[in-house]
Amino acid sequence: MFPPLPNPTTAPTPPRFGDQDLIRRSASTVTPPAKRQTEVAKLIDVSKCIGCKACQSACLQWNDMVEEVGVNVGVYDNPHDLTPASFTLMRFTEWENPETKNLEWLIRKDGCMHCEDPGCLKACPAPGAIVQYSNGIVDFVHDNCIGCGYCVKGCPFDIPRISKVDNKAYKCTLCSDRVAVGQGPACAKACPTQAIVFGTKDDMKQWADGRIKDLKSRGFKNAGLYDPPGVGGTHVMYVLHHADKPEIYAGLPNNPRISPLVEIWKGVAKYAGFAAIGAMAAVTVVHGIFSGASRVSPHDEEKAKEMAEKPPAGENA
Amino acid sequence: MSVTNERREVVKGDALEKGDPVVEPVVVVRYSTAARINHWLTAGGFVLLALSGFALFHPSLYWLTGLFGGGQWTRTIHPWFGVFLFLGFTGLFLRFWRVNLWSPADGSWLKNIHTFLAGDEDKMPEVGRFNFAQKAVFWWMGILILIMIGTGVVIWEQYFGAYTTVEQKRVAVLVHSLGAIVMVCILIVHIYGAVWARGTMTAMVKGKVSGGWAFKHHRMWLRQLARSEKTNHVRTPTGTPAE
Ligand code: HEM
Ligand code: SF4
Ligand code: SF4
Ligand code: SF4
Repeated sequence: MFPPLPNPTTAPTPPRFGDQDLIRRSASTVTPPAKRQTEVAKLIDVSKCIGCKACQSACLQWNDMVEEVGVNVGVYDNPHDLTPASFTLMRFTEWENPETKNLEWLIRKDGCMHCEDPGCLKACPAPGAIVQYSNGIVDFVHDNCIGCGYCVKGCPFDIPRISKVDNKAYKCTLCSDRVAVGQGPACAKACPTQAIVFGTKDDMKQWADGRIKDLKSRGFKNAGLYDPPGVGGTHVMYVLHHADKPEIYAGLPNNPRISPLVEIWKGVAKYAGFAAIGAMAAVTVVHGIFSGASRVSPHDEEKAKEMAEKPPAGENA
Repeated sequence: MSVTNERREVVKGDALEKGDPVVEPVVVVRYSTAARINHWLTAGGFVLLALSGFALFHPSLYWLTGLFGGGQWTRTIHPWFGVFLFLGFTGLFLRFWRVNLWSPADGSWLKNIHTFLAGDEDKMPEVGRFNFAQKAVFWWMGILILIMIGTGVVIWEQYFGAYTTVEQKRVAVLVHSLGAIVMVCILIVHIYGAVWARGTMTAMVKGKVSGGWAFKHHRMWLRQLARSEKTNHVRTPTGTPAE
């Protein structure tokens, strides 16, 4: 058993990380702190999940969110997608293993992956609406959010959701408010099977190793850790029994990375744009200097008068 | 308005230099009041769009959101400016699409564009109501506005967020920001042209230009006006319409 996090003291404690620990801030440049905090991570062991949704309930409760009463369309997913209130969602897949012909019930807890290279943050145009702490947590600061939805386009995992109520973006905070006072995420705390565990990223990788060995010994030869390098690794990782094909887990991206479209939009397009506008302005200035204004001469006026007084009859102009 | 007044307003400040012999110019009506209002509303819409759009384009321009009451307001209002611009340009389009149709003369004009840029307009083929460059601005602006409203709606998260996939939104936002750049480039040329060819501004401010301006830049058009039945478009200094 993974040793559960100790309960915190009831005495008020100063937060363990804050603005001084930012390594990235949307639409801003920050000087990263000299010393990075120990990276944290949440490890979700898909093979241990029983789909009870205790984590979903705990998340709603801790974040003081209320989900709308939904409609049953014959699937277990409830709600049907992530919403501005539901930062996490159990996604159920019935998968027939072609090798064993067994029906496998794959249940993946979806939610923000807390990417080391967060596409949401890269895309965000509002200074300080998305921040990344040196412990790896990517958090949305709602006071600065303008509701543009750029983070949706930037995220390789389709995570942020924009609220129709206040037009601000919402997603899993990795319980930054709990972690800041030494507690684990609410979802991890609520999980009855320890399918969700939380700790330092190194500890989580080590714990995952043990789990993967166990799974391999039970015949899941492709069991492995999902910590995708395309986004620099993540601070929410999965243990998958079929790590060779993550897409069978309700479309978990195989080798996710920030879309090249987003990279172009947020990179070369900006420089090319400023350069093009600057060049165009420069061309007009240079033309203005070298060719001078185009002025109407008195001769033109006279000719015009002639033309007006004796209109050219019928000739083809 | 007396004719002398018109002479001063239309020509003196714009086209003639001090000391030039004074020629009482012919005054030519170029745009109706309605067309000018339509133009300036469209232009105003464009400026508001550019300011509110570029506010989100790059962090160095984010301060522009202050003009619109902050980030949330800028994000909210920009697409509505877009709708306004679309309607405004539609008005201009209905007014002017016919006179902006391509004519063979445009081809030879384009071949001689270097002569035009050098300011030797007398050596250019005669031009009708609009020259090639003006037509190009007209059509490109039209096409770009269609592209901008199309991509703009796709990224209009508040109302249309649910109708497209994330990948479609990514394409749309990239095209939208590139389109904005191209539009601003065209706008620069458009404004520069109007300033470079002195005497042009009065067309959009007062609706009238001097005969000399029309003779220099749009001779074919002036010829047609002088010949046409609707002679009240061209007025001689004595105030009597040309025959
Ligand atoms: C014609 C209708 C238009 C619509 C419906 C529209 C809509 C939008 C929307 C929804 C956004 C995302 C931000 C937000 O939600 O406010 C946006 C961004 C933007 N728009 Fe527009 N827009 C239009 C026209 C224009 C025009 C004409 C320009 C150029 C001058 C322009 C320039 C921009 C820029 C520069 C951005 C930011 C792009 C970026 O972040 O890279 N838009 N527009
Ligand atoms: S919706 Fe908010 S968090 Fe998302 S990109 Fe826009 S400003 Fe940033
Ligand atoms: S999963 Fe998406 S929302 Fe979460 S940090 Fe990565 S890019 Fe941002
Ligand atoms: S870490 Fe916190 S915010 Fe994120 S899913 Fe778990 S309970 Fe919800």
